[in-house]
Amino acid sequence: MIQIKNLHKSYPMGKDSLHVLKGLNLHIKEGEFVSIMGSSGSGKSTLLNIVGLLDEHDDGEYFLNGQMIEKLDEKKAAILRNKFLGFVFQSFNLISYKTALENVALPLYYKGVGRKDRLKIAMDYLDKVGLKDWANHLPNELSGGQKQRVAIARALVTKPKVVLADEPTGALDSTTSDSVMEMLKEINREGMTVFVITHEEEIAEQTDRIVRLKDGIIISDEKVKHKIKA
Amino acid sequence: MKTIFDIDTWQEIYGVLRKNVMRTIITIIGVMWGIYLLVTLLGAAKGFENKFNKDIGDLATNSVFVWGQSTGMAFGGFQEGRPMRLKLSDAQVIKEQIIEIEHVVPRNQNQKHVVRKFLDGDYSISGDYPLLNEVTPKALLYGRFINGNDIDLSRKVAVISQDVYEELFEIDEYPIGEFIEISKINYKVVGVFKRTNMNMGPGDAIHIPFTTFQKVFNQGDNIGWMMITGKPEFEIIQIEADVKLLLKNLHNVHPDDGRAFGSFNLGEMFGQVTGFLTGMQFLTIFVGISTLIAGIFAIGNILLITVKERTKEIGIRRALGAKPWEIQTQIIMESVVLSLFAGILGIIGGGFTLFLVNMGMKNMGDQAFLLNSSVDITTILLALFTLVFLGTLIGLIPATRAVKIKPIEALRDE
Repeated sequence: MIQIKNLHKSYPMGKDSLHVLKGLNLHIKEGEFVSIMGSSGSGKSTLLNIVGLLDEHDDGEYFLNGQMIEKLDEKKAAILRNKFLGFVFQSFNLISYKTALENVALPLYYKGVGRKDRLKIAMDYLDKVGLKDWANHLPNELSGGQKQRVAIARALVTKPKVVLADEPTGALDSTTSDSVMEMLKEINREGMTVFVITHEEEIAEQTDRIVRLKDGIIISDEKVKHKIKA
Repeated sequence: MKTIFDIDTWQEIYGVLRKNVMRTIITIIGVMWGIYLLVTLLGAAKGFENKFNKDIGDLATNSVFVWGQSTGMAFGGFQEGRPMRLKLSDAQVIKEQIIEIEHVVPRNQNQKHVVRKFLDGDYSISGDYPLLNEVTPKALLYGRFINGNDIDLSRKVAVISQDVYEELFEIDEYPIGEFIEISKINYKVVGVFKRTNMNMGPGDAIHIPFTTFQKVFNQGDNIGWMMITGKPEFEIIQIEADVKLLLKNLHNVHPDDGRAFGSFNLGEMFGQVTGFLTGMQFLTIFVGISTLIAGIFAIGNILLITVKERTKEIGIRRALGAKPWEIQTQIIMESVVLSLFAGILGIIGGGFTLFLVNMGMKNMGDQAFLLNSSVDITTILLALFTLVFLGTLIGLIPATRAVKIKPIEALRDE
């Protein structure tokens, strides 16, 4: 699903440049539940941005769904994002003057789905995250956990290949964090590739595979042995 | 094109504009004011023009008045300063020789004391031919104007103005057949004409037959002045010059003598007023359009600020798959919608103001200085088209700015 070979990325900082990613190699197969662990400055956000087609890499190769990504213009990137990727952000990033339902329906709008179908599909997904009754509420009328569930519904609504979650629980308390993680697991069980970025050990441990990143280099990449629940 | 007819596009725009109602209102005030000014001022200018046309409508606008003064140059053995008197025969010769002329109306006027029963006053008495009523038609309240028989028989009849009627007669008294005394001679009133606001040339109070005037006031062949109207296809200025030259010939006056004959060119005056009105309209359009452009810039400016504020929203939209042109279209549409909405409000406001002005003017009756103030639909459509055009143009600035923001930068913007 996602294949990265010798990926480099640096940001210009005045005269110098900051080398953030120093030759990453990563292969994520379809249906995997992967977390990228790292402290701030480790390059994990940069990796997510490149994977999410929000930013371009300097060197190396990146294949998304078998397609080589290079020199994308904004339009192509937008279409690919809409088709393959669903985003969940730390700060939810819901549009404040749109209702939960409209927020969920927005990616479908850009996909060109008609209004009626769009709202119906969006409602189905809201139902899936348990917020059907909150469909017509504005984001500021929802709790943090509810907002993130709306954001997850929005990420899923276009049936993407990969869900990219950037610190999805960063702004939530532990109880709501757990429920959001449960939801991501649920999505993964249904076959979706989920890619989580976090700096919290507890969150990473709930995924199937942890990739640890430090100073732009992968220091470890291991499967998690889950305790079998009774 | 599809986007324009897509209800979703409109819902997106509505959503954004409704998000900050206060700002939306402030944004459109400039354009609204510009259009309001344009409509109101253009309407007022039109009303002024209508009023002017109505008042002057009775007067032949291609007219010139000519009268005798005194020579300014010695010529043909005559001294300088010789008084000029126009003769009835001059009028005839002019009419015969200058083919561009439609009518020549010889006139005489005097100031006399007029008495009726116990009321009296001083009025100007004009000796006139029936032709005068063709050149400057009188709106008659009662009776008729002087006719051919009056001239032939030198009848002692008078056509009086509304002012004279009101001053010499009792309210609602029937004037026709009554007598008024002008310089101790009785005249029968045969007509009363309505007063007009515009008085070109000497004011007329009482008209009597030209021939009667000649005899009673011992004028002989002399005439006070003549009113000349040109045929519509000819320039009145040229006719004026031709007439004067011919008169100089007839009266042995040096051709370059500028003082011998005086004239007042109604056509020229009319042209000046019309020119003034055109100038006023031009000024109005200039002021209106300038205000409009300032208003449009205000919209562009605010949208630019809005784009900065909406960086994050734009980033989210792009992360969710909005293509750059979709973002661009939306912002341009916002600009156009704001401009158009402001324009329509301004037009409604201006139209309503003109409506009130017209109502007020109607109540003022004859004193009204504006008549039927209005703006034609072509102007309105043109203004709206200009708004859409300028709105699109100015919307391009924030729209370009919006797509320059990379989605990643937009999302980082906390």
